[in-house]
Formats: sequence, structure tokens, C-alpha cells
Amino acid sequence: MSTQTFDAGVQDYQLTYWTPDYTPLDTDLLACFKVTPQAGVPREEAAAAVAAESSTGTWTTVWTDLLSDMEYYKGRCYRIEDVPGDKDAFYAFIAYPLDLFEEGSVVNVLTSLVGNVFGFKAVRALRLEDIRFPVAFVKTCMGPPAGIQVERDKLNKYGRPMLGCTIKPKLGLSAKNYGRAVYECLRGGLDLTKDDENINSQPFQRWQNRFEFVAEAVDKATEETGERKGHYLNVTAGTVEQMMKRAEFAKELGQPIIMHDFLTAGFTANTTLANWCRENGMLLHIHRAMHAVIDRSPKHGIHFRVLAKCLRLSGGDHLHTGTVVGKLEGDRGATLGFVDLLREDFIPEDRARGIFFDQDWASMPGVFAVASGGIHVWHMPALVNIFGDDSVLQFGGGTQGHPGGNAAGAAANRVALEACVKARNEGRDLEREGGDILRDAARNSKELAVALETWKEIKFEFDTVDKLDG
Amino acid sequence: MSNLMTDDYRTKYTLETFSFLPDFNADEIYDQIVYIINQGWTPALEHEVPEKASRHYWGMWKLPFFGMRDPNLVLQEIEACRQAYPDHLIRVIGYDNYTQCQGHNFVVYRPRGM
Repeated sequence: MSTQTFDAGVQDYQLTYWTPDYTPLDTDLLACFKVTPQAGVPREEAAAAVAAESSTGTWTTVWTDLLSDMEYYKGRCYRIEDVPGDKDAFYAFIAYPLDLFEEGSVVNVLTSLVGNVFGFKAVRALRLEDIRFPVAFVKTCMGPPAGIQVERDKLNKYGRPMLGCTIKPKLGLSAKNYGRAVYECLRGGLDLTKDDENINSQPFQRWQNRFEFVAEAVDKATEETGERKGHYLNVTAGTVEQMMKRAEFAKELGQPIIMHDFLTAGFTANTTLANWCRENGMLLHIHRAMHAVIDRSPKHGIHFRVLAKCLRLSGGDHLHTGTVVGKLEGDRGATLGFVDLLREDFIPEDRARGIFFDQDWASMPGVFAVASGGIHVWHMPALVNIFGDDSVLQFGGGTQGHPGGNAAGAAANRVALEACVKARNEGRDLEREGGDILRDAARNSKELAVALETWKEIKFEFDTVDKLDG
Repeated sequence: MSNLMTDDYRTKYTLETFSFLPDFNADEIYDQIVYIINQGWTPALEHEVPEKASRHYWGMWKLPFFGMRDPNLVLQEIEACRQAYPDHLIRVIGYDNYTQCQGHNFVVYRPRGM
């Protein structure tokens, strides 16, 4: 606009970035922030400042603003809402034009949206609650290497959740003893076993040795049981070159699946690895170490549903989601919300589950939800009910802590799982009749009977720190 | 309890879903077929010699039963398949055309000695 003039000085954000009359475009990237402003800062000013700092703005007016079409490029706060049950904070809804972001780069989106703005003085705390990725952006990302359907076809697992387990103790085993633990779990009836996230390539167990012994364990269990088995070989490493070397070796060994820690290693490494997996027919399990640092505070940080969406775009076939019922944090409604965001093709706005926007994935493959941590056989009915078939239920201690060892523990879990799926398909109510279903199944499985005896009394009943607002 | 008191766990040759449960009787198979039909899936049968059971593709018994609403007819087809291939494994499949995946898949018949 030729009528603009340059007035040097500190920005009045509200004038430019608070646009309550704006109707977001289908191609806009939308974000919902929970903003806790500093005392005395009006909502509109704080919200506009967040919009500005996460898009085109800087703290002062610069003459080069006038060389660009700021009206086109700026982020806009178009709506402000109360946060139920919190009078200090409010929700700010911000629309960003698609052109602000590089195609296929969740890195670029996050660098903008959760960059400098989180340290901004005008806000006391800031939390990114949700992002609506427009289809136009989704289509520039390749997403999961295989996705739920392809993984089921490759592994021949249908009509039920898959069963997994993290090998314990998580650190300190020699590669050969570790492979033994894998073999015992798989021959007993688990579909998949997992490297602990801490296992990379330490002096007690170098990665080459682990990969070789584990590959023999997986192959032997596959041959003897007639079922397809896998172990998530953790390729997370200090450099991308090392990560790729490990991935290549896993493929050379003929193994079906590898694993990666997407937050500690970063989205760039993750997307590179996911693309490699897609081109090389490998499945990719994603662990989420560091997530609670980012997502646990209800006031500040990034909600896990955003990290989960970013992972689906970056690429992964499995993602840990918490268990709702186990030892780790997780509100049921919110967990079910992001489990849907991982698996379904279209997820409508649903505030009761913390979903602030409709999200259309435009046929991007889905991600298996992984429930892992502090769960055992008594949790099985609830887990099958909560997570449904497109999940991996991982019992670490709940397999290897069985008095008869890993194979017996695995068999107990497999019997329990199948009994629950059978009962569900027959129309029985798993959460109400779960105890009877398990006790009946134990009549034909002494492994399950022993497991039911072993874990009867364990409960985790701490309150959730991060609850949904309201 | 000494560790000598624990049992020896024998590896089982299993065939995926439901193979850790006792063999289903006709009523139990019927219930699973009802589940398949109620999900809107298409029931189908496949059969194969045990030596080739771990391959992706088994022989198809006729075409999938598109539009099938009667679980008893599916039970009759299982019986007909068994008579035609008494030495083969037989599995029931539920094809989900929305996800383009199999929603269900479990073995209903094992030849003697398996």
C-alpha cells in the first residue's frame, strides 16, 4: 500500500496482529495457545504479541517492513477465549498464512511457532495447545514409512492389538544375554520386543553386537513359532551418519523394524530416517524421551497432541502415548484425543478430549499407539477397551517379572490379550467383566494363572498433573 | 521357591490371532463371524498346507463372501472347504474395504497332528 509511512518506534502489536473479524482460510495453519499474560497486560495486546513474535514481527518497526506485503505474511490472532477454571490464562487462536512455512518441514513450523515467543516478556507462561495443519501442508509431508495397514500386512497381525515388551534390565546386559531375553519373549508369544531408549551403543553392549545377537533371536523365534516377529533395534545415535549406519545394518540383517527417539534426536534426523525407512521397506518405532519436559506443565510448553501430530507428519509407524492405567502420567480423555489424531484420517474438534481444531490428514497413513510403562496382565481388559486393535501393548516388567521367566510371561499376556479380544468380539463388556474373562482364560493357561496371582495387588492411583481444562 | 520348581515352557507352533486359546467350537466361531459381519466387513476363507503356512498368500476358497449376512452359511463353507482340503489349515478373514486391510483373521481348522 503506497499510503504507508515509516514511523520508527516500539510496536503496538494490537493494531496489526489482533484481527477479530478475520475468517481463517482453509490453507492457513491455525494454532491455539494458552496464554498467561504478565499482570496488567491486556489480553488483546498479549495475544497480538504472540501472533507477531511467532510470525513476521519483531519488537520494533523496521523500514524494510514496508518493502514486504505485511498484510499478507503476518500471523493474526482472530479469536480469544476463556480457559475454563483458570482466570489468569486465556486461549489465543492464531492463523498463519501457508507461505510462512517451508514445504515438508515440521522443523520450520516449530521454529516459528514455538521459537522466541516462549521467552517473551509480555507473557508469564505460554502453552501451544494444538495446531491445525492445513491439507495443503499435510500433502507436502510423507508421514509414516508404512502406516498401520501396511505394517499389519507385513507382520501378518490382524484383528487384535500387537504385544510388545522392553527388554530389562534396561542397561548393563551383554549383547548375548540380551538376545536371549529377546528370544524368550518372542518364543513365548509376543509379537515384538524393544530396545530400551537408553540403549544406544555403550561399552557393555556395542550396537553391532546387539544387532547380530538380536537378529538371530528374532529369526529363531520366527522359524519356531510360525509367526512373524520383530525387535525394535534402536538406531538413535550421536550423529545422523551413525544413525544411518545402524539403520543400514539392521536392514542388512533382514530385520523388519528399527526405532528412534524423535525428540532427543530431533525432527530433522527423524524425517531423514523415516524417508529412508519408506524407501527401504523398514518399519519405524518412535520413542518419546524428553516429552514430559515439554508437555507436562498445564501452563507452559507444548501439549503432547502437537508433538504427536508433528511426529505423524515427520514419520513413524509407532508412537508411545502413555497407558492411562499404568505408572506414567496420562489423562484418559486427552490421551484418547491424541490417539485418534495418530490413527484416524479425519478428527473433528472435540474440546472434551482437548482437540481444538478439525484435522484432516488427507489419507496420510496412521501411526500405531504404543501403550507402555507399568502395565501388567490385570490391565489387559481396560487396555484393549481404551486402545482398540490399532495399538501395541507393551508389558516390560509385566512379561519379564513372571515367576516362570520371559516365555511364560509372554504366553500369559498373549492368552490374556486373546481372551479379551474374543470376549469383546462376542459383545461382552471388558471393563466390567474383565476379571471374570481373565480368570476363565487362566483355567486353560497355567502361565496366566501364575501371572494373575503375581500382580494382583499392584495399583498406580496418583492424580494426573496435567488435566484437561475445565 | 527354588527355580527348579518352575515349569519348562515349550515353544508352540502358533498361527497368530487366537492360537493361544483352546480350539473354538462351532458356537465360538459363529460369534466371531457375527462380529465380522456386524463390522461391515466381508467374510472370506483361505486354506493352505501347513508347510507353507507362514507365507503371505494362502489359497482362496472361492471368492470372498460379498454381501454375506448369514453366519450359518459361512460355517457351511468352512465345512465344505475342510472336506475339500482335509490336510490344509483353514482361516477365516474379515476384509475391511474402508481401511483396505483385514479387520480379522484367525485359523479355524488345523489338520490332525497340528
